[in-house]
Amino acid sequence: MEERETEGVEESPLNLGGGIGPFEPGITDPLDGGEVDDTVTSGWRLAVRSFAENKLAIVGLGILIFFVLFCYVGPHVYHSNQISGNVLNSDLPPGSGHPLGTDNNGYDELGRLMVGGQAALEIGFFAAIIATVIGSLYGAISGLIGGLLDGVMMRIVDVILSIPYLLIVLIVATRYSGTVLSLSLILGLFAWLVPARLIRGEVLSLRVRDFVSAAKVMGSGRTRLIFRHLLPNALSVVIVNITFQVADAIIAIALLGFLGFGLQYPHVDWGDMLSTANTALGNGYWWLVYPVGISLILVVMACNFIGNALRDSVDVRLRRR
Amino acid sequence: MAGYLFRRFVTSLVVVLGISMVAFAMLHLISSSPGRAVLGLHASPKAVAAFNKANGYDDPIVIQYWHYLLQLLHGNLGYSYKLNQPVTSVLGENVLRSLYLSGVSLVLAILIAIPLGIYQAVRRNHLGDYIVTSGAFTLYSMPSFFLGLLLIQAFALSLKIFPPEASQSVSVIGVIEDPRAMFLPILNLVAIQVAGYSQYMRSSALDGLGQDYIRLARAKGLSQKAVLTGHLLRNSILPMITLIGLSVPALLAGNLLIETLFNYPGLGLMFYNALQNEDYPILLSYTLIAGVLTVAGNFIADVAITIADPRVRLS
Repeated sequence: MEERETEGVEESPLNLGGGIGPFEPGITDPLDGGEVDDTVTSGWRLAVRSFAENKLAIVGLGILIFFVLFCYVGPHVYHSNQISGNVLNSDLPPGSGHPLGTDNNGYDELGRLMVGGQAALEIGFFAAIIATVIGSLYGAISGLIGGLLDGVMMRIVDVILSIPYLLIVLIVATRYSGTVLSLSLILGLFAWLVPARLIRGEVLSLRVRDFVSAAKVMGSGRTRLIFRHLLPNALSVVIVNITFQVADAIIAIALLGFLGFGLQYPHVDWGDMLSTANTALGNGYWWLVYPVGISLILVVMACNFIGNALRDSVDVRLRRR
Repeated sequence: MAGYLFRRFVTSLVVVLGISMVAFAMLHLISSSPGRAVLGLHASPKAVAAFNKANGYDDPIVIQYWHYLLQLLHGNLGYSYKLNQPVTSVLGENVLRSLYLSGVSLVLAILIAIPLGIYQAVRRNHLGDYIVTSGAFTLYSMPSFFLGLLLIQAFALSLKIFPPEASQSVSVIGVIEDPRAMFLPILNLVAIQVAGYSQYMRSSALDGLGQDYIRLARAKGLSQKAVLTGHLLRNSILPMITLIGLSVPALLAGNLLIETLFNYPGLGLMFYNALQNEDYPILLSYTLIAGVLTVAGNFIADVAITIADPRVRLS
């Protein structure tokens, strides 16, 4: 049992921060590590408080809320024709009627930015949810059952994790890209491996705890153990991971779009809008590159800020992949 | 130690075998009837069936996988019907140019990131540290091609110092002799990697600075320089070995985007073109090799850290 636990630590794909290599002391336990507090404050309330004290987290949250409003409420305030482009109006510089100019198909760029942002945010969110749900269940089952099945399941994770993410996602995207749903699925189905390992590690350390033994003695089945006792206790790990997953998925969809495997035209995401950026810069059409790029960076940064703050506030030595 | 490395080696082999299964399965799922792809939409079903039979594509799947595996062991990665060329020769044409680009940028990135990380650790929470950390964080939150676009705008379009396109020379010698054209792609790759590596180096060096041996070295009266280069560097550089071993997927992804952006004819651009052509034998062979390289990178890092770090060797 003891040996398997340290194994889980070693196998984490990247070691961020201090712990390095196999001689590392092991993950400090979030529940054992803290000092004893006299006042009864729930762990979650403490986490929320420490999150609220983190300035970068508030900035990140602000940026994210701004972009959600911009993308979803924006089109109701700022009306532009995103159904059909007008080629006669293509590549207009910013000016009256088009605050951010128009693209090479004559679509209004500001309106395009809102619509493209919707796709980017949705794909990022759905892909993260898909990856996290699959990964959590897989990791929990693997860690809980243990033994031979655990070994096989973790070797499968090793195999898929060894195949570079971008390459395999692009290959599948040549056949199945095009819609928000298909892109979310493609990205999510190859991104659950890191959460699976994280959750398995958590479950391995949780399952030898007294409250789990108690639940077992009282006759909990495996399903009840997983959903009622193990996953809720591993939830902080899951939540921190989701935030980073969203950031990674938004970058990934931008890469796919840039390489031409994003949404089916005339639908766009931010990556698609950058697929002609090199030519646009050469022609001096800066308004087709910088607003999109900066929005993309701000959203990803916001997710990373929030993720870092959440990680600090739940005080788990969580590793980013 | 030998036992540990042997077990790691066997696990790696199992993982490589698994990767070959995934590559084969994907090839099979995505283009199950190569006859149709090769002969075109207008070919008669009979001709397609005959082609598939002649090339063994109608055998049971297990047999097909066995043949695939045997071919792999003989160094045969399949045939690109789109380019009418064996996959190995397509890879061979491009590998050196990619190796040059990745190799130079990886070495430069390490050489920059290590002192930078130590500098940040020593000047922790001072202005310099904040600036570098913010820069690294921004780069980290940016798709790698976007940095490339900024570099093209600044150095190629506005200042006109460097060309916006990488060297188009066919031979590697030609590429090496044209450093001006390679400056921007290399700078792009170096910047992305430094952003990641320097932050690891920083936290590793911070860990080291708190250790007793540093305090002892200081107490002996060693100068700051002697402490940093003689004691801190050697110890805090160890995690970089693991990190570099794990960096194969990131290197390949970087290559794919940067070679596409700067139109540099290496493996990344080959992969991009194969995506456009839906040339699955090339795509999956390259993915297979990438997976094997990733496993090899992990394994080599494990061996290297075992050799370099006595604490691992003894435990």
